[in-house]
Amino acid sequence: MSDVLAVAEHRRGELRDVSHELLTAGRQLADETGGDLHAAVISGDVDGFAEKLDREGVDAIHTVENGEEFNHDVYVQAVEALVTDLDPQYVLAPNSVNALDYAPALAQRLDYPLVTDAVRFDVDDGLTVTRELYGGKTEGTVEVDDDRAVVTIRPTEWPAAEGVGSASIESFDADIDESAVRSTVTGFQEAGAGDIDITEADVLVSVGRGIEEEDNLDIIHDLADALDATVSASRPVVDNDWLPQDRQVGQSGKVVTPDVYIAIGISGAVQHVAGMKGAGTIIAVNNDPSAPIFDIADYGIVADLFEVVPELTEQFGG
Amino acid sequence: MKVLVTVTEVATPDDEFEIDGVSIDERYLTYDLNEWDDYAIEEAVQLSEADDDIEVVTVTVGPERVEETIRQGLAKGADRAVRVWDDALGEETLVDPATKARLLAGVVREEDPDLVLSGVQSGDISFGATGVALAAELDYAWAAVVNELDLDREDDLAKVHRELEGGVEEVTEVELPAVLTIQTGINEPRYASLRGIRQAQSKPLDVMTPADVGVDAVDSTLSLSDLVEPETEGEATLFEGSVEDATGELADLLEEKGVGA
Repeated sequence: MSDVLAVAEHRRGELRDVSHELLTAGRQLADETGGDLHAAVISGDVDGFAEKLDREGVDAIHTVENGEEFNHDVYVQAVEALVTDLDPQYVLAPNSVNALDYAPALAQRLDYPLVTDAVRFDVDDGLTVTRELYGGKTEGTVEVDDDRAVVTIRPTEWPAAEGVGSASIESFDADIDESAVRSTVTGFQEAGAGDIDITEADVLVSVGRGIEEEDNLDIIHDLADALDATVSASRPVVDNDWLPQDRQVGQSGKVVTPDVYIAIGISGAVQHVAGMKGAGTIIAVNNDPSAPIFDIADYGIVADLFEVVPELTEQFGG
Repeated sequence: MKVLVTVTEVATPDDEFEIDGVSIDERYLTYDLNEWDDYAIEEAVQLSEADDDIEVVTVTVGPERVEETIRQGLAKGADRAVRVWDDALGEETLVDPATKARLLAGVVREEDPDLVLSGVQSGDISFGATGVALAAELDYAWAAVVNELDLDREDDLAKVHRELEGGVEEVTEVELPAVLTIQTGINEPRYASLRGIRQAQSKPLDVMTPADVGVDAVDSTLSLSDLVEPETEGEATLFEGSVEDATGELADLLEEKGVGA
């Protein structure tokens, strides 16, 4: 029972990047437990996916054929059956929207503890997992008082596994009970596209929760006009309908790579950073010196945005 | 029809804070209604406003302190509330999702709702797991990270959109009874009216122990052994001094980069 089972993720015919990161994390855990690394891929073109998952460090790949897309009832049953068969010590999944739709139920069914959103882990006298708490302002060490666990890992924390592996690839009959499938995916929808494509902008003036009220957005638009920049936003601004969804930068919005990204009143939660860390120069204006945005910024001003923004606009003749 | 909403109180640290052992020093914490649960309450209240026969009940695991937060939910339109607590829970450094799910499931079994709404995650501990763990504990159907909900009472279905990464939504039908975890942005949470706040004071708020809801012992398999402020990874150059000076330096930098030219 020292093995590790990593459950890959795919969507609409593509293996998601985090699946290869999962293999690196899984190999690390398996090295610490002295066990094998098993990967599993469920639904869709499992043979094609298995080939792509066969990278260095993977010992075995199990494919479960069942429909095309993710369905949590199928995943729970399939992984539970694999766990019964393989008896792994740890089950790994990405900390993604879909994994959070099945991993908690899986853990409950297996009676394994669940730790989500791991950024590091360590097996010594049992498993310890490092994860953020309090919106990224602190990092906690979680001790797991059990021999086994289900762990979800934060995307981009581990490098992708590389090379060509020599894993055995086997089809696994999970014997899915279709009557226990109580949800049906009927389709997908893309968020509406407007006239402005923030992914094309060279300079983005991006606004977050710190703007406080819709009326205050005027100073952001004024600054963007003065800089000949495009306005984008973090999630809270879009949740409030102060800007349309196609302006949202982050995990559930767009990934942007402008030359200059000016983050105003944005704390820099990991979901936001996922969408803008590839920007050329990142500038942050925030009155909270401990805001995580300063970890990724190249330049910053720790001050009240309501003072800085109008002043900056004025300097550019706005 | 009955809709149950799980409501959590979250702690937000001040900009500057100190860590005391494995928690943040109380003096630097502000307690409030979890943002995601605010949207879940609003969704439930909107359902009850559309259909007269829908009762909205909130359930919270928390000490007496959280009653102020629970009253916020009642002031926004929930009909009554249940709070579950035992001092043993307060001694845990981290209550795992399984324990929370067992406690909440005890109340759900008692209340027998058709629909349970839960926030996607709590703003402080952010496991994002309680709702789905609760569904599994109850053997209910579920959907996580819902940003659109259309209740089809005739067919006993919840027609939902799940917000996936990258601006893609999955359209899914879930059989009732179900647990849905609610994402921010699904609606526009209301502010409590003065009348609502007054009425909330007289709405029922039942307090129960774990034993009352059929949980004999609370024993979290997870604990927190360390809590630190992460080392700053970045090397941001900070422009300091007066706002005019700092902004002037930033303006110079932007001009160098060709911005606004």
